[in-house]
Amino acid sequence: MTTGAIAFLERYQSLIGRLPGDSALRAAAAAAFRTAGLPGGTQQRRIEAWKYTSLRPVAETAFKPDAAPRHEAETILTGLPLLDAPRLVFVDGAFRPDLSVMPTAGFARFAEQPDFGTLSWPDREPMVALNTMLAEDGAALHVPAGYDAGVVQLISIAASDADFHPRHVIRLGKGSQLTLVEVSAGQGTYLLNTVAEFHIADGAHLTHIRLQDEAASAFHISTTYADVEAGATYDSFTLNLGAQLSRTEVHAQLTGAGAIAHLNAAQLLAGSQHADFTSVVGHTAPGCTSRQTVKNVLAGRSRGVFQGRIEVARDAQKTDGYQMNQALLLSPYAEVDSKPELEIFADDVKCSHGATVGELDAEQMFYLRSRGIPDAEARSILVRAFLAEALDAVADDTIRFRLEAAVERWWERQKA
Amino acid sequence: MLDIRGLAASINDKPILKGIDLTVPEGEVHAIMGPNGSGKSTLGYVLSGREDYEVTAGTVTFNDVDLLGMAPEDRAAAGVFLAFQAPIELPGVNNANFLRTALNAIRRAHGESELDAVQFLKLARAETKRLAMPDDMLKRNVNVGFSGGEKKRNEVLQMAILRPKLAILDETDSGLDIDALKIVADGVNALRGPKFSALVITHHQRLLDHLVPNRVHVLAGGRIVRTGGPELAKELEKSGYAGLIAEAA
Ligand SMILES: Nc1ncnc2c1ncn2[C@@H]1O[C@H](COP(=O)(O)OP(=O)(O)OP(=O)(O)O)[C@@H](O)[C@H]1O
Ligand SMILES: [Mg+2]
Repeated sequence: MTTGAIAFLERYQSLIGRLPGDSALRAAAAAAFRTAGLPGGTQQRRIEAWKYTSLRPVAETAFKPDAAPRHEAETILTGLPLLDAPRLVFVDGAFRPDLSVMPTAGFARFAEQPDFGTLSWPDREPMVALNTMLAEDGAALHVPAGYDAGVVQLISIAASDADFHPRHVIRLGKGSQLTLVEVSAGQGTYLLNTVAEFHIADGAHLTHIRLQDEAASAFHISTTYADVEAGATYDSFTLNLGAQLSRTEVHAQLTGAGAIAHLNAAQLLAGSQHADFTSVVGHTAPGCTSRQTVKNVLAGRSRGVFQGRIEVARDAQKTDGYQMNQALLLSPYAEVDSKPELEIFADDVKCSHGATVGELDAEQMFYLRSRGIPDAEARSILVRAFLAEALDAVADDTIRFRLEAAVERWWERQKA
Repeated sequence: MLDIRGLAASINDKPILKGIDLTVPEGEVHAIMGPNGSGKSTLGYVLSGREDYEVTAGTVTFNDVDLLGMAPEDRAAAGVFLAFQAPIELPGVNNANFLRTALNAIRRAHGESELDAVQFLKLARAETKRLAMPDDMLKRNVNVGFSGGEKKRNEVLQMAILRPKLAILDETDSGLDIDALKIVADGVNALRGPKFSALVITHHQRLLDHLVPNRVHVLAGGRIVRTGGPELAKELEKSGYAGLIAEAA
């Protein structure tokens, strides 16, 4: 069976004419993907943006897009920490109206009304090229100006050993609000390669919470583009717990005066898990604020990667940018790579960044144990304390409790 | 009964305790005094199982079990409690949760049922009230932003809730105002009984006025150089350690 970039390109060839939407765009993406290949895959030139993460294991896996599902999507769905709110459920990349609870308005299916958006760069990002080439379904959500859409859940369930390339476009009209809770989970060895873009118009507020709890052998690649206009807010928090390999890539552009972006994340890794959080925040308008704290908890032989770049354009005076990467190593074999970068062309800015790496504090451990708390429980208390600051960024109590419960389950899994 | 025989311990290959013999019978309170750097805190740490100290000789038994072979949490379950000279801050850890986790761990070790949040809060509020501590100390993160005296009181609160059989108080009186000192002493006196013993490390006679010890030991240079009754503390207050150390050498 063919694997790697070739397999994806062959699939594309076989699907030409049957895929929805702009075929010229897909052809261009295929050409870009043919040139770039899978980062770290066989034919490769080195790509700086993929310095610490190789998709070789993806390239070596034979995905079976036509095989019957091996797992029950309904069972997986029932096990998720769902909120009492509308939900858009995708199973193996395809929208499932029967499992979904429709939001009041503004939803369209990519399969029926293909919308590739305008922010993505298939020619620069190979995995975006791959998605653009093969995307078959996804969600388009439009929140009208001035409307508060409340919470909408976007759920991805994988039940087959295949590859999925969902394509989402979310538009928030002026002064509107939305809390988007994205949960991804599944069973088996699959690739979820999502591309999502968010247009947040003047004064709108998007809260974006992500819980990545994929199967242990899964691959999870997610590329997000956000365009944040004047006085608008993109407030995001990502919790990465699952997948053998994950990459969360975010491109946030602050394009209107006074725009705000929060790109917070926590990654808990064990065994031989690898998780990469890569972000680029572009300040192109004056008086914008960006805040980012990414925390890694690394056990076993896991590896956490953080690459964060803040770019401040010449006109983006009074920019306020902050970026912090903290890692807690629970094992001598765990590894963290951290690359924070500032690129500043304006002169009146306040930007800072930093990175820390540490182990559990021996005195704190002894203090807890001297009070009768067993070693494993003491470790879990200190790890949760380390994460508390990150999770505190999630303002909604109900959602934060779900995330805390997910961390709790992760911890239980480590003990088992 | 706590029985320490020939206990020697070092840190980073530097010998600190050089042969300690000390017996604290059940129901007794013993004071340990001695110059700075003589090894008093080290003794407390070694008894409660801190791993960076290496025990190079000697034995410690507590109610007939070998303490030195036990993990710190097992010693706590067996009833050992150390009130730290410098209590540790735990940012991100809620004080009430911390105390409940500790109490429930010990209860579990004894085969007792765990307390739920409501049951625990009732108990904890009663104790904070008795120790004249503001309730909000339970809501705050463990020792974070606590004043020196508040940290010491928080140690006493932990002791009151965990109800140890052997309390080692390492300068719990230092940094306390006069009223707090009395409260701490009352906290220990409240636990006093035939099954409770305490090692009280202090530099001041004042605590011992409220907490009359059965014996007073002087630790100097890693050894007990003198043992006496409560009057020894008063004598040291006047004469200092110099004469004693010269005499022992
Ligand atoms: N990590 C360490 N490395 C080297 N020496 C140490 C270390 N920790 C403690 N010591 C030394 O051990 C000795 C005993 O310290 P300890 O804290 O037990 O004294 P103490 O009697 O409690 O003094 P104090 O009255 O000032 O509290 C001191 O000389 C101290 O410097
Ligand atoms: Mg000391």
